[in-house]
Amino acid sequence: MRRKAGMGAIQKQKLEQEKYRDKGTELQENQLELMSKQLEVFRSNLEDFAAKHRSEIKRNPQFRRQFQEMCASIGVDPLASRKGFWSVLGMGDFYYELGVQIVEVCLATNHRTGGLIRLSELRNLLIKARGKRKEHQEITCDDLLQAANKLYMLGSGFRVIRVGHGKMEDYLVQSVAAELSIDHTAVLGLAEMGNNSTKSSGITVSDVINRLHWEENRAKMALEYLVKEGLAWIDLQSKPEKSYWFPSLFSATA
Amino acid sequence: MDRFEYGEVVINDEESVILRESGAKIYDGDNKTAFEGGLLELTTHRLIWSKSSDCSLILHLMYVVYVEEERTGFAFSKSIKFILHLTEPLPGKPPGPVTKSAFNHVKIAFKDKSDLTFLHNLREVLQLKKWLVNITPNNEIAPKAAPIKIRTGIVGIERQIHEKHKETDENISKAFQDLNKLMVMAKDMVNLSKTISQKIRDKQGDITEDETVRFKSYLLSLGVDDPVTRNSFKNDSQFHEELAKQIADVLENPIKEVGGMMSLADVYCRVNRARGLELLSPEDLLNACNLLAKLNLPLFLREFESGVKVLQLCSHSDEKIIKVTVSQLKEKNSCTAEELAQDIGIPVLLAKERLLAAEKSGQACRDDTIEGLRFYPNLFLEVDR
Repeated sequence: MRRKAGMGAIQKQKLEQEKYRDKGTELQENQLELMSKQLEVFRSNLEDFAAKHRSEIKRNPQFRRQFQEMCASIGVDPLASRKGFWSVLGMGDFYYELGVQIVEVCLATNHRTGGLIRLSELRNLLIKARGKRKEHQEITCDDLLQAANKLYMLGSGFRVIRVGHGKMEDYLVQSVAAELSIDHTAVLGLAEMGNNSTKSSGITVSDVINRLHWEENRAKMALEYLVKEGLAWIDLQSKPEKSYWFPSLFSATA
Repeated sequence: MDRFEYGEVVINDEESVILRESGAKIYDGDNKTAFEGGLLELTTHRLIWSKSSDCSLILHLMYVVYVEEERTGFAFSKSIKFILHLTEPLPGKPPGPVTKSAFNHVKIAFKDKSDLTFLHNLREVLQLKKWLVNITPNNEIAPKAAPIKIRTGIVGIERQIHEKHKETDENISKAFQDLNKLMVMAKDMVNLSKTISQKIRDKQGDITEDETVRFKSYLLSLGVDDPVTRNSFKNDSQFHEELAKQIADVLENPIKEVGGMMSLADVYCRVNRARGLELLSPEDLLNACNLLAKLNLPLFLREFESGVKVLQLCSHSDEKIIKVTVSQLKEKNSCTAEELAQDIGIPVLLAKERLLAAEKSGQACRDDTIEGLRFYPNLFLEVDR
């Protein structure tokens, strides 16, 4: 007899719900069991893979990049902990060491660049500082990006900024805790592109207004903020108006 | 392959047979030919390939400029091939199996032989160049090799590089296939973990505490970053506890020396440099530092409003620091973060924090201009004096 209303129905409903909940918990436990079983299988497969291809991974930057991309697309971070499964691949040390070296290089050049350094310059400095063995020399920009992105959680303002787009894309590694907004990075991108042409010059307020189509106030504020943070210098002698130069974007000579 | 010619094998007096090998296979350039499983004789003047009695293929050694070995597949496998780089065929050459070949090299492979005696002997014979010693009327074709050698040399090097690349590519594509399989499995697990974490979020309390902890450790070992479990439940991994103790041990004195505070990036560098091998990831460091306070160690992790994270000594008090900063300000009349950093000898980041702390407690004022952020002692407090 099915009661659709009244106390009986309510009690019945409660009973049903409890049963469902129990079933749910049971299923959940099963799921956890399932997951731990799967993890074991995965771990043994991963170890096989590592045994076969570990040296390949160490030597080949293309392979590393492919691997990182695949992991990122799934949502897995192989560098998360040295106790994780992925440590069997032996990539962790490489990236952590790279991270340490990036921090050191950035801190050493801070007085000159104001806390912002181009990825290519960082790479050149690193190659010079590292050992002479071939595997120490073969670091790609992707490797650097991977390592630098992890430094973000140390909270000291390490950040990777992308400037320009398409072919003119480049990355700047920031190592001070200055808050750079989208406007500021746009101005930086503009300064960078100017540097890529034959004539390396600073940029003026009019440049910003014309190229980025901003109004005067906005351009002035962005540029002045960059000067205040020590990332830009003012040149009062340029004609017809003063220009702003970025020491972090000067190409490294020697 | 067009440098070969058909001919009768007649060994005359000046010529002598150096080596005989069976199971020889000839490749025209990189392509297989029908000439396989034959007997190969190396003499001082020629290379003769024959199968069954009648006709043989003859290659005059004067065509051979350079010999190298090629190993395919994995090293020390059975298939070694010898590449013979050849010069142009001279006009008037007797006909051979191929009238015109696209390749300037031929390859010779021996079945089931992987030693290099053939290579060494061939090289020796090429060095001796016995066919040059007396140009008999039999040998009406005069050798003419000099300028072509250079070209073949570079081409040879290029070819070697090309081969190496091909080999690496093969290895990598195999690795990628395996990688793909792994990734598919990992993806399944990530999806499963997402469902579980969703359940945790919905039915909080139905899943027991230590099951969640177990689940969290699975996630950590996989490398999945799950916001639900990250902060809400305890993270009592023994590994991290050990780490925390290690860090406190190693860094207590250095932090005292630099004034009681050290930025986390600095800590990361020092700890990893001290470890040498088995480096830590930033996440590991962060997790370990989070446990410092709980374990009653002399250091703890502090996060400022600006997002800067530091390790601070427990014995270090903010008020003392502010007093020191303010007295410095009064002495210098005004300071920027950089100046303070240089005067006291602490990193710029921490100097900034000190000045901001002083400002917060009302003892300093800021002057924010395009020249930078400068701090002055708060003169309003001294108005009555």
